[in-house]
Amino acid sequence: MAVETLPPGVAAGAGEGLGSGRGRILSSLRSNPLGITGGIMLVVVVLAAVLAPVLAPYPPTEVHFDTPFQRPLTEGFLLGTDDLGRDILSRLLFGIQTSLQVGVLSVLLAVVVGTPLGLLAGYSRGFDAVISRLTDVTLAFPFLIIAVGLAAISGPSLGNAAIALGIAQIPTMIRVVRGETLRIKESDFVLGARTMDASPTWIMLRHVLPNATSAIIVQATVIMPVAVIGEALLSFLGLGIQPPTPSLGIMLSDAQQYIFRAPSAAIFPGIAIALICLAFNLFGDALRDAFDPTNTPRKGHR
Amino acid sequence: MLQDAENILEVEDLEVAFGGTPVLHRISFAMRRGERVAIVGQSGSGKSTAIGAILRLLPGSGRITHGSIVLGAGRTRGDVEDLAAASEPVLRRIRGQRVALVPQDPMSNLNPAMKIGPQVADAIVASRRGTDGGRPDRAEVRQRAIALLSEAGIPDAERRYGQYPHEFSGGMRQRVLIAIALAGEPELLIADEPTSALDVTVQRQILNHLQSLVDARGTSLLFITHDLGLAADRTDRIIVMSEGRIVEVGTPRQILLNPQEEYTQRLVAAAPSVAAVLDAEPLTPPAAAKDATSPILVVENLVKEFALRGRRGSTVRAVNDVSFAVERGTTTAVVGESGSGKTTVARIILGLETASSGRALIDGESLTTTRGAQRRALRRKVQPVFQDPYGSLDPTYSIERLIDEPLRIFGVGDRPGRRERVGELLDQVALPRAVAQRRPNELSGGQRQRVAIARALALEPELLICDEAVSALDVLVQDQILGLLADLQDRLGLTYLFITHDLSVVRQIASDVVVMKSGDVVETGSVDDVFNRPHAEYTKELLGAIPGATFAA
Repeated sequence: MAVETLPPGVAAGAGEGLGSGRGRILSSLRSNPLGITGGIMLVVVVLAAVLAPVLAPYPPTEVHFDTPFQRPLTEGFLLGTDDLGRDILSRLLFGIQTSLQVGVLSVLLAVVVGTPLGLLAGYSRGFDAVISRLTDVTLAFPFLIIAVGLAAISGPSLGNAAIALGIAQIPTMIRVVRGETLRIKESDFVLGARTMDASPTWIMLRHVLPNATSAIIVQATVIMPVAVIGEALLSFLGLGIQPPTPSLGIMLSDAQQYIFRAPSAAIFPGIAIALICLAFNLFGDALRDAFDPTNTPRKGHR
Repeated sequence: MLQDAENILEVEDLEVAFGGTPVLHRISFAMRRGERVAIVGQSGSGKSTAIGAILRLLPGSGRITHGSIVLGAGRTRGDVEDLAAASEPVLRRIRGQRVALVPQDPMSNLNPAMKIGPQVADAIVASRRGTDGGRPDRAEVRQRAIALLSEAGIPDAERRYGQYPHEFSGGMRQRVLIAIALAGEPELLIADEPTSALDVTVQRQILNHLQSLVDARGTSLLFITHDLGLAADRTDRIIVMSEGRIVEVGTPRQILLNPQEEYTQRLVAAAPSVAAVLDAEPLTPPAAAKDATSPILVVENLVKEFALRGRRGSTVRAVNDVSFAVERGTTTAVVGESGSGKTTVARIILGLETASSGRALIDGESLTTTRGAQRRALRRKVQPVFQDPYGSLDPTYSIERLIDEPLRIFGVGDRPGRRERVGELLDQVALPRAVAQRRPNELSGGQRQRVAIARALALEPELLICDEAVSALDVLVQDQILGLLADLQDRLGLTYLFITHDLSVVRQIASDVVVMKSGDVVETGSVDDVFNRPHAEYTKELLGAIPGATFAA
């Protein structure tokens, strides 16, 4: 019997699979200029955070009482100093580090808690009734109100801020995973698995979860900048990181008192927050496009 | 530039490329006024690209890189134009006015948020743009739209003018699309697979109607289809395309009865609708193979009611008192149009749905009542092959993992043993063992369906439920898969329950038929009886609607 020969170009065709062609996702990212920009910014931000101890010219909390309010580009202080003469560049680098720490921790919390709950809610109607109603109630409150409330109850610290922000993000994560689960569980391959007597756990872990991964990753990159802003806001309100530990929010909050005397002390952390958010948003958008099979340019149109 | 004034369209050396790769290789053909021409080809043959080029509506990076497309002068308006070189303003006066398109999918080609009537009226207004400067008279346009809708075969068009697309059935929507295409009184109508999404009986009504409209107006029709039988029934001339080239051109009689090219011969041999009438040689061994053992599958008085959403207590009966039996080692086809309940029956047998009443027994046991180990054992006996080979294989899995998943679920064998079994299964479905490490999206539709079959065979089932298992495939591939299924039945003694809407496939593979309509069994019997001596009116209607029947003689 004649068999259709394996067409070599088929892999490059319409590209239906999610997560299958890792090479395809990478090449799609690479061909998207915004994705490249976001990716480069992301690398710069992460490097700045990781290498903060090496890059920073001074310890972030070291005070120089003889040189407060230095302008940017003064010798010895590239970005100037604040009211206590602390080097703004050093504080900025360590501030980025704490911001990313809080961001990553809260995203991890949202993913680790939200994903299984979303899977359960999407897969079983009984769980759905409970989980989705609770999600609805939580979503009725603005994200920041919840985060502020939780942080106020648990007391100010880096860990508590991360937990508060993470918890506040769990409902959106549940929504996303639940939606994906609802879609995937109707697909023929899940029906096929059911006719092979696959258990619900098997189906959820081995079929639904891998196919929902792309959506989860994309959602994580969306949550990340929100968490970074949230950290800045909590710290600004005195509910997050405590001085003298540097954090972008604390730098902003401190700079507020002498905003007209040394505007640079507020401008640089502000720019840093904006850049971090932009980096994650651009990269997340590009990632979503890369994962979306309907978005890839169709090469083999008939 | 037009070589013959009697031609409405002359395509010369047309080459179209996407990016840098040419997909149409210098094709040439001409159409005479009032002629009906079919372009037949499988997916990827370039037939849609050809009409995209004629309308200058190529998707994405498609460009005409060589050749001309000359449109003859209109009878009442318009000059000879080279569409390949025409500017966009010129094209806008041609599209919809002199050349119109009936698109493929009636579900997605109407704006769901807009009423039907205004969509037709829009087409009328657009087609008059540039002819007279004046604002169109709204009442007059409305009257014209209603007239067009009734002409296209929509009853009570006055009332339906204000309805939305979702209130129309697929066939009715296709009629609306035809009305839109005819709004500008075009001289060339291009129909791109206008009925491939519709049931056969609806397909026949629509095509009869389209033909009478086209004949009455003297419009030329360029008909794109993958169905050779349909092309033969409906057109004066057939152009066979493959891989961006014209393979053969001829009258339906020449192409079907005396094909010259090897490709056309294969296509004719594989075309199920043609084969169903040309030679009735079944692929399966005749019913003599039946032994007198107890049937493997017995369906008894099966009823399935679905609750209607939002209306408490009211239900719709999808399956109404269905009974039939399948003998071991034979193939039974369940035939019906969409909404006939055939898929629901299959799902109940597979235990994916529970019956409202009645039973589906496999070797005397039902999947819905058994539990635990007994149910697991029963599952191994029945496996499905689904319609869509793109949706039925998890895209994140490699072929090897896909095929050995059932083995892992049932804990069959150890790792090397399972790997060996996957190799055997790939051999059985005639795929090279090297595909094991690939992923589904690297394979073609036919290869994927082979993987789906290999996966279904992994647990050595006795009964395969094929739910439209070949409907999504091109005819040549479809033929190969049907051959593979027949071959596997021979070697492994499998029993098939074949759910399909395509009567011509039934003729090729099945020994017994169950004809279903709106949840009821209309007729059962052997293929010979049902095809040659149909009793039910509906069966006769279905048989009459098989395209290609004109060449039965």
